[in-house]
Amino acid sequence: MNALKSREAILALAILALLAAIASRFPAFVAPANLVRVLNDTSPLILLAMGQMIVIMTKCIDLSIAANLALCGMIAALMNGAGVPLPLILVAVIAIGGALGAVNGLLVWKLGIPSIVVTLGTMTIFRGSIFLLTGGAWINAHQMSEGFKALPRAMLLGLPVMTWIMLALVAAIGLMMTRTPLGRAFLAVGGNPHAAVYAGISVGRTQFAAFVLAGALAGLVGYLWVARYAVAYVDIAGGFELDVVAACVIGGIAIAGGAGTVAGAVMGALFLGIVKNALPVVGISPFWQMAISGAAILAAIAFNASRRTPGRIILKPSEVTP
Amino acid sequence: MTPTGRHIPDHLTSPAARALKSWEALLAVVAVAIFILNSMASPYFLDPWNLSDATFNFTEKAMIAFAMAMLIVAGEIDLSVGAIVALASTAMGMAMTAGAGTPLLVAVGLATGLACGAFNGVLVARFGLPSIVVTIGTMSLFRGISYIVLGDGAFTGYPPGFAWFGQGYVVWVITVELVIFTLSALVFGILLHRTSFGRTVQAVGNNATAARFSGIRVDRVRFILFLLTGLMSGIAAICLTSRLGSTRPSIAQGFELEVVTIVVLGGVSILGGSGTIPGVVLAALVMGLVTFGLGLLNVPGIVMSIVVGGLLIGVIAIPRLWTMSRSR
Repeated sequence: MNALKSREAILALAILALLAAIASRFPAFVAPANLVRVLNDTSPLILLAMGQMIVIMTKCIDLSIAANLALCGMIAALMNGAGVPLPLILVAVIAIGGALGAVNGLLVWKLGIPSIVVTLGTMTIFRGSIFLLTGGAWINAHQMSEGFKALPRAMLLGLPVMTWIMLALVAAIGLMMTRTPLGRAFLAVGGNPHAAVYAGISVGRTQFAAFVLAGALAGLVGYLWVARYAVAYVDIAGGFELDVVAACVIGGIAIAGGAGTVAGAVMGALFLGIVKNALPVVGISPFWQMAISGAAILAAIAFNASRRTPGRIILKPSEVTP
Repeated sequence: MTPTGRHIPDHLTSPAARALKSWEALLAVVAVAIFILNSMASPYFLDPWNLSDATFNFTEKAMIAFAMAMLIVAGEIDLSVGAIVALASTAMGMAMTAGAGTPLLVAVGLATGLACGAFNGVLVARFGLPSIVVTIGTMSLFRGISYIVLGDGAFTGYPPGFAWFGQGYVVWVITVELVIFTLSALVFGILLHRTSFGRTVQAVGNNATAARFSGIRVDRVRFILFLLTGLMSGIAAICLTSRLGSTRPSIAQGFELEVVTIVVLGGVSILGGSGTIPGVVLAALVMGLVTFGLGLLNVPGIVMSIVVGGLLIGVIAIPRLWTMSRSR
């Protein structure tokens, strides 16, 4: 009975209801091949939501995540143009993404600047840097090597490689969150920073680690994005940070930190992904998508708040009574 | 480690000395320095008409920044201001298409701004939701509605009388927008520094719990501040739409960043509790002069946004680095 009441169960039911509603009019949408397509299309959002989830758990937020993606994607395309082999490009984008995340993390950790201010600033700095790198030029499909473009689309056991990468990383992050000290530290820092300090966890260092992880994920997605769409320019993934935050909030990641699950964030992203892919199918203009994500964010936070008791529970009643 | 107690002053610093050491004084020096640098860098800078044009770089954003400053002093933030401008502008465009005249257009702009502010305010003050997420959500929602209405189209053809707000002059080179900017600076300066409401705003920002125990209706203060921010965004939307003469759903994109930067540059603590309107006025001047100077040097807009982002982080980071190096 408790399992039914959990957020994840409610979200899963909402997703099934959404799919059923679409299927009642457009059965082709729920054909396995199309669902695989939707899952693949949502993979970048899921991967970024993993990073954002960890950052939000530590009471921070990363608004620079989409700009980081765009910058790393452009760097990947430029390296490919310079003839750098693909494995090296992958290592480089992950490292550069992580380094950009580290810039955010250091400003939050060492200088104690609120993350919203730091990442609002780095968001424009990262995106501006793409312009500085290229002078605003586009890198188009014909300027990319075949191998560079092929990797995310290659099929392996019936699923595209991009989906496999997403599944592998989601599994790895799921294990990390539940089975490693670092994963528990993320939750502890967000749940109660003072208690975390007494438990020997450095709050700043943990937040730093969260930003580096989110940055590294954004770097990897940068390559996947550019290779899949076969184009790189200043404005790719513009405004995508809002979708990522929306996915996390819908997935029940508490914005005050300290609560949330990998499954929730994945389902939050899937919910948005299904809506985005279903809009053209049911004949609604794609211009509706932004307003729908906004409304979904508001509905999700209102829903979360209604389920939470106000104030902080310091001691549970059972622990007080002898 | 030597035991160091808190430094307790044994004499008062004179108001003049305090004013000289203040953040506002530093900003004023920076503003004058940038002014001189600009006039040396470009021979076109010191022309009165050029300077008059330069004010458009900050007037609209600064109008919102005054309200945002009070909101941030109270410990909240509104990231949806750019989206409110877009929605208000879209609403005015719809009214214009329906045949509304200038007075009605202004009313529609103000009403949309107020409604958006009230929506944010109800969610934050009434339901107790965190303002960062609420306004990230409404930022998407408000601009999303503009996209639903406009798609990839635009509203053009505003009545000639409507152009007065963004393109008109009161006397000589003094633009209507500059007058609105000055008036709102005065109103918000008096509101924050000379009224009991201003004191309650600072009290809420310093310690909301203590404020509540002192009998301040904290939620009502927060609601009013979101309402004011919505209203100022509505006024900015009128000015901007009138100046551009058209509405696209991407209008005022990224305003939130520049508005927050002006506020923080003006010495308002991002954690709430302290800040002054004169500081915000000076910060708006500095931002306007920097962007106009870079514009005269043919620096593209996206590079200016790097400067803005760097300023935002730099003005908070540098004082902290300074105190860190002094405490060693």
